[in-house]
Amino acid sequence: MNGIFSFARLGALLIKEFIQMRRDRITFAMMLGVPLIQLVLFGYAINNDPKSLPAALVATSSDPYTRAIVAALQTTGYYRFDHVAQSAAEAEFLISRGDVAFVVTIPADFARRVESGENPQILIEADATDPAVASGAISTLGTVASQALLRAQGMQEAAAEAARGQLDVVVHRRYNPEGISQYNIVPGLLGVILQMTMVMMTSIALTRETERGTMENLLAMPSSPLEIMMGKVLPYLAVGAVQVVVVLAASKLLFAIPFTGSMSLLLSAVLVFVLSLVLLGYTISTIARTQMQALQLTFFFFLPSIMLSGFMFPYRGMPDWAQTFGEIFPLTHFLRITRAVMLKGAELPAVATEIGWLVVFVALFAGVALVRFRRTLD
Amino acid sequence: MNAIDVHGLVKRFGDKTVVDHVTMSVAEGEIVGFLGPNGSGKTTTIRIMCGLLTPDEGEGTVLGFNIRTDSLMIKREVGYMTQKFSFYEDLTIGENLQFVARLYRLKPVEEYVARTLDELGLTSRRNQLAGTLSGGWKQRLALAACIMHKPKLLLLDEPTAGVDPKARREFWDEIHRLASGGLTVLVSTHYMDEAERCHRISYISYGKMLATGTVAEVVKNAGLTTFVLQGPQLAKVAEELQGRPGVDQVAPFGATLHVVGSDRKKLEAALADVEKEHKGVTVAPGETSLEDVFIQFMSGSKDNMA
Repeated sequence: MNGIFSFARLGALLIKEFIQMRRDRITFAMMLGVPLIQLVLFGYAINNDPKSLPAALVATSSDPYTRAIVAALQTTGYYRFDHVAQSAAEAEFLISRGDVAFVVTIPADFARRVESGENPQILIEADATDPAVASGAISTLGTVASQALLRAQGMQEAAAEAARGQLDVVVHRRYNPEGISQYNIVPGLLGVILQMTMVMMTSIALTRETERGTMENLLAMPSSPLEIMMGKVLPYLAVGAVQVVVVLAASKLLFAIPFTGSMSLLLSAVLVFVLSLVLLGYTISTIARTQMQALQLTFFFFLPSIMLSGFMFPYRGMPDWAQTFGEIFPLTHFLRITRAVMLKGAELPAVATEIGWLVVFVALFAGVALVRFRRTLD
Repeated sequence: MNAIDVHGLVKRFGDKTVVDHVTMSVAEGEIVGFLGPNGSGKTTTIRIMCGLLTPDEGEGTVLGFNIRTDSLMIKREVGYMTQKFSFYEDLTIGENLQFVARLYRLKPVEEYVARTLDELGLTSRRNQLAGTLSGGWKQRLALAACIMHKPKLLLLDEPTAGVDPKARREFWDEIHRLASGGLTVLVSTHYMDEAERCHRISYISYGKMLATGTVAEVVKNAGLTTFVLQGPQLAKVAEELQGRPGVDQVAPFGATLHVVGSDRKKLEAALADVEKEHKGVTVAPGETSLEDVFIQFMSGSKDNMA
């Protein structure tokens, strides 16, 4: 007779859990539907490099130079001139109302200054309330405008000359040459979606038993804390596996995310990650006394983990203390692994440290949960 | 060896002592009734015995296992029926029984489940969700589930609350049948008729064990005297008797009046006055009932839960 662990008893708990899961239709549908809906929604919605932004043009003359610059700005793809303002005041009104993201002002003496070589100026006002919106559009500006101007003056050679004479900076946008946001967002979404459903579902595992009064009976029967923990956690590991398949298949089919790395490495990392999540949820469930408390604790954990993990904002953009703080979230490490494996084709040695971190989380959460588990009703 | 042997059990929740130095022993094969008003510590005492709560003070053994250290062994040998239905309402009757059978590692599972369903007469309803059962059926299911692993000791916490008289009668017949097979039973209850069906009773009030023994012993040891009054205008007589020295309880029973007191002489003096004042009222010695004793206990001890 083994007191600590018996497969028969674990089996009893697993079967019970699966039956309950199946009977709770809405929750079950949510576990499979939510990942898909969120993936599609966020995958299509989130774009860190927005193009075709509305712009207003304030230009009093329609000389060839002005036309050339406007055309060049439009071909960058960032500017869409759908407003022509008659005055600076009108343009000011448009940008303050948020109708346009940019106001491009080309002064009336622009052509004269160009021709007399008098240091011509154009003014571009950007609505930088959201810095991300303006950054891409502004960064292309200088070179585009000056080259357009040189070409318009019939100085193609001079333009080429200028380009040759400059310091030759070669930029390779590696792993994502076109800078497609989805390549970054979708692998991250895998982690965020898993985190949300797994932690939330398991966080109410024990509190639900307590609230329904079934905990008293469960504790009065011969089941050990380890069996109860595994009985609660393993079914959700299976749900997590289904979610992973759904999300990965959808990222391939809908977003054509390149899978450059090893699939088995990715899946192993996902397994460890999901295990750490369900154990975290279970740990919350040993701390909270009611389902409501459990959900509150879960949300308390969600927000910082999404904000500081590098999913929403660039990890390297955070101050050092925040980066250190971000390390305590399994999501942070998982994001590095998925992005590395899916996009960069990283091999095990490159992500071993991060996987190691996840293993530490698994051990830590399991340990805390077993210590925190109340064998009695005290 | 006694099935239950606990002494000096104390359990406090905050600054309230819910169980206050309770000592109790139950011999093997005995049916012991555990009585007391609401909030008197019955459930807490039972939970301590089956290892669900750790006592703050006191020691003891249940089936020879230490209640502090061997709770896992106790759980295997004890059947505990909770006061509130605590099986899974979203599982069917059959699935609940299978769950219990697997947890106790009973093999083959199906055989145990089928036999239990058959004994309960629930075979045709095995696929019904437990949550849709009526109170009486839930109680039968719970009892069946906690005796399936053939425990040596059954701890029943108010098993018949809210169950109709016929189901109660059947329930008690089942308890006696099990006890005759050697099972020890400790059952908490509010009902006097159920107390009288027990071999022995223990009365606990506000955490303290006040009396223990057979029904006859408990009644005798209470030292109460009861008189039965008959005659006209008993309601008026009852009113007059209330609060007189020596009169502790006045309770109408049909066409008669039961008057109970702990001081025989004072009680007799009070009743002699009544006989003089009210013509036609006769006073005869009566038998003290268990209920009289309990009412006496309850009015004599103060509530520590309020």
